[in-house]
Amino acid sequence: MDQDNRIGDTLLEVKNISLSFGGVKALTDISFDIKEGEIRAIIGPNGAGKSSMLNVINGFYHPQEGEVWFRGKKREAMKPYQVARQGVARTFQNIALFKGMSTLDNLMTGCITHMKTNIFLQAIWKGPAEREELEFRERVEHIIDFLGIQAIRKTPVGRLPYGMQKRVELGRALAAQPKLLLLDEPMAGMNLEEKEDMSRFILDVNDVFGTTITLIEHDIGVVMDLSDRIVVLDYGCKLADGTPDVVRNDQAVIDAYLGVSHDD
Amino acid sequence: MADSPKETSKISNDLDTFPKLLLDHAKKRPNKDAIREKDLGIWQSWTWSKAAEEISALANGLASLGFKRGDKLAIVGNNRPRLYWGMCAAQCLGGIPVPVYQDSVAEEIQYVLDHSEVRFALVEDQEQVDKMLEIYDNCPAMETIIYDDPRGLRDYDKTHLHDFEKLQDLGREFAKENPDYLLQEINKGSGEDIGIFLYTSGTTGKPKGVVMTNNNILITARNSVKFDNLTENEEIVSYLPMAWVGDHIFSYAQAYVTGFCVNCPESTETVATDLREIGPTYYFAPPRVFENILTTVTIRMHDASKLKQKMFNYFMGVARKTGVDMLDGKQVTAKERFLYWLGNILVYGPLKNTMGFSRIRLAYTAGEAIGPEIFDFFRSLGINVKQLYGQTEAAVFITMQPDGEIFADTVGIPAPGVEVKVNDDGEVIYRGPGVFHSYYKNEESTKETKNEEGWVLTGDAGYFADNGHLKIIDRAKDVGKFVDGTMFAPKYIENKLKFFPHIKEVVAIGDGKDHCTAFINIDLEAVGNWAERNNVGYASYQELAGHEEVYKMMLESIEQVNKDLSTDSLMSKSQIHRFLILHKELDPDDGELTRTGKVRRRIVAEKYGVLIDALYNGSKDCYINTEVAFEDGRKGSIEATLRIEEAETFTPAPATKGAN
Repeated sequence: MDQDNRIGDTLLEVKNISLSFGGVKALTDISFDIKEGEIRAIIGPNGAGKSSMLNVINGFYHPQEGEVWFRGKKREAMKPYQVARQGVARTFQNIALFKGMSTLDNLMTGCITHMKTNIFLQAIWKGPAEREELEFRERVEHIIDFLGIQAIRKTPVGRLPYGMQKRVELGRALAAQPKLLLLDEPMAGMNLEEKEDMSRFILDVNDVFGTTITLIEHDIGVVMDLSDRIVVLDYGCKLADGTPDVVRNDQAVIDAYLGVSHDD
Repeated sequence: MADSPKETSKISNDLDTFPKLLLDHAKKRPNKDAIREKDLGIWQSWTWSKAAEEISALANGLASLGFKRGDKLAIVGNNRPRLYWGMCAAQCLGGIPVPVYQDSVAEEIQYVLDHSEVRFALVEDQEQVDKMLEIYDNCPAMETIIYDDPRGLRDYDKTHLHDFEKLQDLGREFAKENPDYLLQEINKGSGEDIGIFLYTSGTTGKPKGVVMTNNNILITARNSVKFDNLTENEEIVSYLPMAWVGDHIFSYAQAYVTGFCVNCPESTETVATDLREIGPTYYFAPPRVFENILTTVTIRMHDASKLKQKMFNYFMGVARKTGVDMLDGKQVTAKERFLYWLGNILVYGPLKNTMGFSRIRLAYTAGEAIGPEIFDFFRSLGINVKQLYGQTEAAVFITMQPDGEIFADTVGIPAPGVEVKVNDDGEVIYRGPGVFHSYYKNEESTKETKNEEGWVLTGDAGYFADNGHLKIIDRAKDVGKFVDGTMFAPKYIENKLKFFPHIKEVVAIGDGKDHCTAFINIDLEAVGNWAERNNVGYASYQELAGHEEVYKMMLESIEQVNKDLSTDSLMSKSQIHRFLILHKELDPDDGELTRTGKVRRRIVAEKYGVLIDALYNGSKDCYINTEVAFEDGRKGSIEATLRIEEAETFTPAPATKGAN
């Protein structure tokens, strides 16, 4: 399938977002859109407001000004779990897994937003709750297979190396079957091989599940290779927005972020 | 031992090919599991009738793409039912499967595929498809690539690519139009036909394509099945490369002969868990795997509580004393029997369960000499590990150990139907029904290896011990001499050292020198574990390998071996005088080991020439820069300055044997 076919209509749009904490302006008048099926990167130097932006999309922060439009509807202020139920899943910059639980159990928690049986049915277990768990387990097994983590299925997550934990975290986000997947520095602290693996998974997730992905990442090489479009932030303002080529040649971006180039 | 080949070399006319055997099983035991694979966390099974259906659909699919008699089908991937089916499907149509080592880099695969003029390839996944596409233009005969797992391949140009399931659908269509075609093709096949090409891993030079007829494989499989009374009730876990003759015999030929069930692991990393879940009754592993299991057990016992350690050590002592005798059916006292029974409840049973050996009836090891200590460890637990001696050119079996006549230092008596003798040069030669047809497109090598009367040179030096069992010393070309003319058998010394759990690999050097020296590879798992327990910090393999305490640990092991060697009149000259610890693991990707994990001495000697010089010129350390290949084929380099240590040697004394 070619590029144009893969990318569809606008999935999410942020309009004129401004966010401040007391006197600190984290984001100023930011607007951009995320199209269905694309890989969208948000980059910028430290403190540029990237994670804040993700937290706005994710419903964790409520901006003082501006609107978030999701699937053609303006989104009212809501709690993160409500956003999650709408189909937005995320991973965190610092791994936020349940360390004492196995990989399998961690992935199963990702299915919770889809759970239909209530606490009483869960207590009775036989019947609907069991059927539901089997269905979740199958979904999770597909993800385990997808990520190639069969060997650590029963291993407590706390005992896994960092790169593996990142992979499990991605798995948990996938278990929620998101429309939009937010990845906050999926490759931070990884070695080259782990980065390559993770890049492969991001592309495969996008390809196989058709998931829209928005990621924050510092490794410029990775971002340029993976993304369809890139938003550049600096000091809470939008510097540039466009395809990797456009962004790479944007003078403001070069000056602010990639460093001033010296022609010889 | 020159018996004439027995009546065992004849085969009934009906079942002389794999496809015929398949149809026979589908008729006789349609509902018995033929093959399993763990997928999505569950063991999925296919009965013989279901397997026959899948294979027929695939074979018809291949036929619809124009696969003809004599065409070759390359098979590249981990052990998976569909790849095994591919072998049989190709044979249904009179084609020849060519399994290839799945971790080979593209250029290695290219050589094999080009050399064997492969037209079709059945591969596991995207990784292998990428390699195939990379070499596609350099393999003129290549036409079609069939893949099992479609993941990641959606955007690929599908001109040459076919999905496995879709091909089967095509095959089912084809079968509707040509209902008798497949059966006719199967019936055309005979035992004399070429059944498979098995490329040798190539310890020296380019791999050679060993051409095998169906009779070579099937008669050998039948003989070995009879020798060990294997039945249709065996369970085997197939995890060794499909390109290796051992897997072809154990997981394919013997399964088709008896109808037993083959289990494919979920992934290469889960083999240990899968082994435990299946609990195979019949098991094959090269010595390296047994070594690794023993290393893991030793490490885990170090971490266990004092009480458990005491119990383990005590009962392992009991097992060493009586376990082997009991397994060989020798007389033991009632007290010993009782202690062993108790030990079985407290230690051996649980231990075997952890290793996945609870149901094991028969295990084989081959490929390299196994350290006697490792061998005895498993046998003392009541696991009937036996050795066999074989090679690709013999369809594995040259000699085998019959039950009750198991010795750690010999490899058994000639396999049924096989004649074995030692020629004037001290080299072991054999003749029998499994002897290969030829090397593909290599008349010269065929003649060098096999003479007109069918005797094949093994390349191994050995002799028959007084009890009639064959003893292999080393590769004939590896056995060297010190300057004073005493024999130097590197493998013998290396095996002694490799028994220590913290030593992974050793290369002993001494041919043409006046004394012996060695390179050591630490076992990262064992030494890493030791470092953790002793608060030794390290950032890399290289740093750990060069650590002073690690050197001290290796020194102790070497001196212990030296002491042991000094008591052996033949080997006392081979004591290790100086050694160093290598800064990187010897790796098949760097050409230092074969794909089956044997040291390639010539390449190691070339690559680390400076280190060898340094070992003999008395210097205290040596700088080296080594090129390494990453798994994806890219190159990098590692540099290091390695320390050289002296080890104490002992004067050969006619004293009693070392206490260990």
